[in-house]
Amino acid sequence: MPTDSPTRNLDVARLRGLHRMMWRIRALEEAALQGLTDKLVLGAIHPSIGQEAIAAGVVGNLRRDDVLLSTHRGHGHTLAKGASSEAMLRELLGREGGNCGGKGGSMHIADFDVGMLGANGVVGANIVIAAGAAHAVKLKGEDKVVCCIFGDGAINRGPFLEGLNWAAVFHLPVLFVCEDNGFAATTRTAGMTAGAGPSARARAFGIAAEEVDGNDVLAVDALARDLVAAIRAGGGPRFLHAHTYRLTGHTGVDPAAYRPADEVAAARLVEPVLRAREALAAAGVTSAELDADREAAEAEMRAAYDAARAAPFPGPDMAFADVQDIGSPAEEAF
Amino acid sequence: MPVMTYLDAARTGLAEEMRRDRLVWAVGEDLGRGGVFGQYRGLQEEFGPDRISDAPISEAAIMGACVGAAMMGTRPVVEMRFSDFALCAVDELVNQAAKARFMFGGQTRVPLVVREPMGMWRSSAAQHSQSLEAWYAHIPGLVVACPATPADNKGLLKSAIRCDDPVVFLEHKNLWPLEGEVPEGDATVPFGVARTVRAGDDITVVSWSAQLHVCDRAAATLAASGIGVDLIDLRTLWPWDKAAVLASVGRTGRLLVVHEAVTVAGFGAEIAATVAERTGARVRRLGAPRAPIGYAPPVEDAVRVTEEAIVAACRDMVGAGA
Repeated sequence: MPTDSPTRNLDVARLRGLHRMMWRIRALEEAALQGLTDKLVLGAIHPSIGQEAIAAGVVGNLRRDDVLLSTHRGHGHTLAKGASSEAMLRELLGREGGNCGGKGGSMHIADFDVGMLGANGVVGANIVIAAGAAHAVKLKGEDKVVCCIFGDGAINRGPFLEGLNWAAVFHLPVLFVCEDNGFAATTRTAGMTAGAGPSARARAFGIAAEEVDGNDVLAVDALARDLVAAIRAGGGPRFLHAHTYRLTGHTGVDPAAYRPADEVAAARLVEPVLRAREALAAAGVTSAELDADREAAEAEMRAAYDAARAAPFPGPDMAFADVQDIGSPAEEAF
Repeated sequence: MPVMTYLDAARTGLAEEMRRDRLVWAVGEDLGRGGVFGQYRGLQEEFGPDRISDAPISEAAIMGACVGAAMMGTRPVVEMRFSDFALCAVDELVNQAAKARFMFGGQTRVPLVVREPMGMWRSSAAQHSQSLEAWYAHIPGLVVACPATPADNKGLLKSAIRCDDPVVFLEHKNLWPLEGEVPEGDATVPFGVARTVRAGDDITVVSWSAQLHVCDRAAATLAASGIGVDLIDLRTLWPWDKAAVLASVGRTGRLLVVHEAVTVAGFGAEIAATVAERTGARVRRLGAPRAPIGYAPPVEDAVRVTEEAIVAACRDMVGAGA
C-alpha cells in the first residue's frame, strides 16, 4: 500500500534506497556482461545499463503480490521486483538453482514467487499477457496491480493495440510502461513510427497517459506511485511513457557503432545513477556513503556470480521436465 | 442415455464444468449472443457476462489474455470462432502458452482450452475450411483433441477444461448437428485413448473428426463385400493411442490413415511412419491434395476424401481388386 507521499523537496531516504537499487541493477548487468566475456553466459543478453531508474522507480512501487511482466531487457525489472541476484545469475549461466532451473536464460527469466511472470523473447507479447493477468485479477476480485513494461519498439506491434484496447474495454488494473530508449533493436524507433508516439496512442484508447524523464528516478518513482494508487483504487489502466537512453548496444555483444560517440558521451552525463548520486551529494550524503552503495552492490553481484559459476548445470533429464503431463515427451519422445 | 447434438453436447459439458469450478470462464467474439454457431447459447444468462465474455475481434489479445489469466489461476476457454482465425494468435499459443511451463522451469501452468471450429463446411472457401491439426501436434506442450461424436465432444471438452496444460480443441463445423447418445453427468473422456468404431480383421483404418464418419460408411460398404475394417477413432492426436493402433495393425497387417487435412506433412504421415517403423506393416495415407479449398462446389469437392476413395484404397491394400 502507498505510505508516505514523496516530496520533490528531496526525500533523501527514498532517493538513497533507489540509488542502492539502481546500483544493484547496474552491478548485476555488469556481472552478466562479465559472464559473456568469461563465456559463461552462453546466450544473448540485453543489458539495461542506463535505464535503471525506470526499473527502480516503477517496480519499487509494486507490492510483492502485484504482478510484473517484462521484456527481453528485463534483468533490472526482475531484480527490482524482488528476485534473488544469485538465482538470476545462475539462470543467466544456465545453472541449477536458476529462477527457471537454467531452462529459460536471460530472455525468459521469471520469478513467480515475487509476482514476476516473465521476461519475454517476443517484443510486445507481454502486453496481451499482462492484460489477461489483470483480467484474472478482476475476475477473482483481488486488488493486485499488474505492471507491464515494454520498449518503444513494441508500440508498432499488433499486441500493443490489442492489449491496450482490451485493458481499456474491460477496465483492468494494469500499468503499461513504455521504456523508451529510442532504439528498436538497432534502428532508431522515430524513423519507423508514425504519429505522436506512445502516449498519444494510449490516449487514443482513452487511457490516461503521462510522460516522464525516465532518467530522473525520483520523478519516475513519484509518478508511478500515483499511477499505481489510481489503478488500485479501481481507476482502470494507466500508461507511463518514460524516456531514457540505452548506454550499451542492443545485446551484450553489440558495439552500437550505429550511433555517434558524442551522442553516447552526452547521454553518460545524464544517466540516472550519476544523477541520483549528484542529488544525494547535494543533499549532504557523503562520497564515502555513496561509494558504499556501489561497493555493496558490486560485492553482492560478485558473490552471486561466483556462486553461479560454481553451480552445476541441470541434468539432461530436465529437457523433458515440465513440458506437459499428458503426452509427456519423457514417455513419448523415443 | 440422452440423445443430443455434437453442439449441445459441448454446450452442456462447458456448463457443467462452469458450475463445478468458478475459475472456468469463456471468452471470444459474439459469445454473449451464443457464439457464431450457437455453441454458447443460453450460457451468458446463467453465468453472466464476466464468465461468458464477449471480446473484440482481437485474436492475439483473446489468446494472449487467456495465457495471462491462466497463469494467474483461472481456467479460460478460448473461443477462436474458426480455426483459421487462430492463426492470428499463433505467437500467443505456440511461443507463449505452450512454452511457459517449460521455459519458466515449472513455476507456472497454462490451463487453457482453445476451441477452434475446423474443417470443410459447404462453400466456406480457403479461409474458413482448413484442418490444421497436424501443426498443433507438432508443438511440444500442447494437447490436441479432435472429437468425432457428441459423446466425445462433451467428454473430451470436460477433460480439456480440467487439464492443467493447454489444449487445442478442434471441433468440426460439419458435425454441429450430428446427434448421438451422450452420457449424463461427470463422464469425462481421457486423452490418448482411441475408440474402436467397428471391428474387422482385414485392414486397420485410423481416422478422426468428421472424416471418421466417411470412413465408417466406407467400412459398411466394404463389410458387405466381405472385407473387415478395424476402424479406429483416434480422438486425440497428442497424445495419440499408439498401443491401440499397433495392436490393431498387429492383427490386420495393413494400415490406412484417412484425414480431411492435406496429406503432405499431415498427421497421417506420423502414424504411418510410426507403424511402418515398428511393425513393417503395409501403410498408406489418404488426405487432401496440397491445394487451398475452393468455394464452388465442384472445386471444393475435388479436395474431399470421399467414401469411394477410401473403399478403393482398402480394396487395393487387401488385394480384392476394384
